[in-house]
Amino acid sequence: MYYAFTNGEGEFTLENLLAFFSSADTVGTLLYSFGVALATTAVSLLAAYPVAFILAKGGYKRGSTLLLLFVMPMWINFTLRMTALKEILTLLEGNLAFHPFFNTILGMVYDFLPFMILPIYNSLAKLDDCYIEAAQDLGTKPFGVFRQVLLPMSMPGVVSGIMMVFLPAMTNYVVLDMLHNSTYIMGSLIGSYFSTYDWNNGSLISLVLLLIILVFSLVTGEFSGKQGAEADVSGFQKGM
Amino acid sequence: MGKKGFVILAAVFSLGAACLGGCSESEDGEIVLRVANWEEYIDEGDWDEDEEIVLENGASILGEQSLVEEFETWYYEQYHQRVRVEYSTFGTNEDLYNQLTLGSTFDLVCPSEYMAMKLMSEGELLAYSDEFQDETEENNYYAAGVSPYIRERLYQEEIDGEVLGDYIAGYMWGTLGFVYNPDRITQEEAADWNLLRNETYYRRVTAKDSVRDCYFAALGMLSQETVCTSSFVGQADYSTKLSEVFNDTADGTIEQVGEILKEVKDNVYSFETDSGKADMVTGKVYANLQWSGDAVYSIQQAQEDGITLKYAVPESATNLWFDGWCMLRAGIGEDSQKKQAAEAFVNFLSRPDNVIRNMYYIGYTSVIAGGDQDTSIYDYLRYNCECTDETADTTEYALGYFFSGKEEDERYILTADKEMLTGELSAMYPLKEVLDRSVVMAYYPLDVNQKINQMWIHVRCYHLGD
Repeated sequence: MYYAFTNGEGEFTLENLLAFFSSADTVGTLLYSFGVALATTAVSLLAAYPVAFILAKGGYKRGSTLLLLFVMPMWINFTLRMTALKEILTLLEGNLAFHPFFNTILGMVYDFLPFMILPIYNSLAKLDDCYIEAAQDLGTKPFGVFRQVLLPMSMPGVVSGIMMVFLPAMTNYVVLDMLHNSTYIMGSLIGSYFSTYDWNNGSLISLVLLLIILVFSLVTGEFSGKQGAEADVSGFQKGM
Repeated sequence: MGKKGFVILAAVFSLGAACLGGCSESEDGEIVLRVANWEEYIDEGDWDEDEEIVLENGASILGEQSLVEEFETWYYEQYHQRVRVEYSTFGTNEDLYNQLTLGSTFDLVCPSEYMAMKLMSEGELLAYSDEFQDETEENNYYAAGVSPYIRERLYQEEIDGEVLGDYIAGYMWGTLGFVYNPDRITQEEAADWNLLRNETYYRRVTAKDSVRDCYFAALGMLSQETVCTSSFVGQADYSTKLSEVFNDTADGTIEQVGEILKEVKDNVYSFETDSGKADMVTGKVYANLQWSGDAVYSIQQAQEDGITLKYAVPESATNLWFDGWCMLRAGIGEDSQKKQAAEAFVNFLSRPDNVIRNMYYIGYTSVIAGGDQDTSIYDYLRYNCECTDETADTTEYALGYFFSGKEEDERYILTADKEMLTGELSAMYPLKEVLDRSVVMAYYPLDVNQKINQMWIHVRCYHLGD
């Protein structure tokens, strides 16, 4: 905080802040990071939800073992996984450097997918099957069951999944480094300032990220809070 | 947590506190030397039996313990005084500098030449003592063994009227160039900084994720037309002029470099941090901007897989770099015992057998030539690179400039395979003519550094409409 609003001599200044929002470089990086994070989150969500659903509701006797299979890659060191992915992608694409954005998203999804699956799985597993049955009994079509029952009731899981994927994806520059995408994202930008001993600008960018996190959690907190309340009400009704 | 747990925790904490207060102090007159070095930049011993190096002069070298541990033993034998080395590592010069400004204290560190110059200009370094420079003293392996050529280059650099050579004891040195695959790229193409933006090799060449190296390469492209002309080369003060060109940080130049680096970014495979060597060996890229020490490593690794790689230094100029030991004022202060121990550490690392162990382990070239009495370092080079096959196409490789200071010294003319001219030998010990067009890159003052960083960020960032 202190560094973010001071200059090299320790005087108070807003220049860092102005520089951040007036520079095409930083704003471009912010947008690019947003793009990466958004795509990563969307892809992970689309992939994770069905997986979590099948694991939780598929009726497999060994659902938790299957879940373990999805979580197990996380026990392997991250850099090793990325190196493996790099080799596979090179085999498929020939030259990695032709598809930097695609590779980045793939790498990020590979890295963050378990973080998306786990919370969704948890909230789906806790969900009582009788809601689904009730909806079906009342004549709701499968998509309706999903939209009106499953999705709203697993929303807290989805929200925490998004939280756990979106923000790290904005700064996880090691994935870009390892998969040869030379465009900066927020994490690399901060690193770049710190490596030239510019603590002030680096801190400011960190602070901006912190603010984004704050806003994000306020918005989603509101959202999951509401959902939680609804769940409480339904629990109450059930009790009656 | 139970009461018992709390007691244990409290005990651990108080132990930690006691250690914080006491560990860095010397106990029982033991000297504690805090050393910071690059990662994997010193022999850690534990060699296999079959790695033993037997030289022509009868010496056999095998790393058993780490050099740090051996130093502690050696120091006690020599000076009857216990010394304990607290050894830590850093990843980049900037990391080291940040550690120092954030409150870490070290006694002896190993930055590159430009960071040493920066620290020197800020008054952070202590000069080496006169005793250290005394060549006649038996244990002064550095003063007696350092290559006369390197010594000369170190003494050419001046900061605020003081010479760099008084403040740094060289460790490893080398050039900047391209490792390339001769099946894909010709020697002429690799001996040109423009390889980085050569569209024939679109996405097939890597650059380093390092502002300074890329800046240097871009200056090479920018000045190509002028510095290679015979009128420029023929000037009496050619070296000074060349150095000016490659240390040019005027605003206009920074801007032009930025334009070039944008082209480079759009053309190269990536700005790699550590994957370049592996990507060369696996054939993902055809050429790679590298320091000569890493080049040797790549060439040797590839050789094991049956792939030939070569090394080329661009025609216009190359960056001559050193890493060296510097004593820090903040750590050593007025403590003369500690200063003596730090100097002894440098001398121990400069002892020819230890130099060879380091060169074998790290793959970089030491600044130590061994002096007139001890030929083991040259013998080690012959052990690696001499060609004894009489039918092979050989060449005479004169290294007198490095080993004795006399260019045509007959004792130091190596018979080497012609392939070696573009192979690892040229990366380990470049010829004098290559070094004649080498430039030591000074540190950037703070404001220039920020401008260059802005330029670099601009190159690396995403822009709408790209």
